[in-house]
Amino acid sequence: MSIKVFYFASLKDHVGRSEDDLTYTCLLTVKEVWTHVNADTALPGNTLAAVNMEYVEFDDMVNDGDVVAFFPPVTGG
Amino acid sequence: MTVKITDRAFDPYQEIQAYQNARTANIGAAGASSIFIGTMRDFNDGVGVTGMTLDYYPGMTEKQLEKIVTEAQSLWPVIDSLVIHRVGDILPHESIVLVAVWSSHRGDAFDATRYIMEALKSTVPFWKKERLVTEGERWVAHNTSGYKAG
Repeated sequence: MSIKVFYFASLKDHVGRSEDDLTYTCLLTVKEVWTHVNADTALPGNTLAAVNMEYVEFDDMVNDGDVVAFFPPVTGG
Repeated sequence: MTVKITDRAFDPYQEIQAYQNARTANIGAAGASSIFIGTMRDFNDGVGVTGMTLDYYPGMTEKQLEKIVTEAQSLWPVIDSLVIHRVGDILPHESIVLVAVWSSHRGDAFDATRYIMEALKSTVPFWKKERLVTEGERWVAHNTSGYKAG
């Protein structure tokens, strides 16, 4: 299965890139997606996650073709 | 309902006037107009700020903004609403956000405006990076709750 991963704001600086492409053979949770593309970088505790532009929990499953995004708390307005 | 993201400076008062002038449907029922304008300060957390860059998640940002305005419309009898939010490079005194709500009565207009603004601050993917007087840049770590003093 093929998954696109995006990073935003301070988390983009933290991991040193804005996106990843992940190809994997079994189902993954959102947390496992992070672990596979950031093996050497722990997930910061306040990180938020979205799948296909909707907020998700880290134990939610990701499907083939999904777009996963990781980002810090929002600070607009 | 209109939601706009813009990378250009905007005059919120002109936007409100133009939007209101263009409305024709149910205009006679709009007895209350509630408006919130967020403006960039020249200080934050005790440090002077010379400017900032607002990052966002194209697609999700618009989707989440439309979601919270729809939620507000389901909670209060909103006749119409206009939300504009800046992205990109911003200078002190420029408008960051406009939330305008038209309703028949002031309570609903006030409450819906407040709801949209607080939900925007806590759930819509925008991120501020400040440029400091003391040199350097920093990401703003989190927003405060608008319901708490200070």
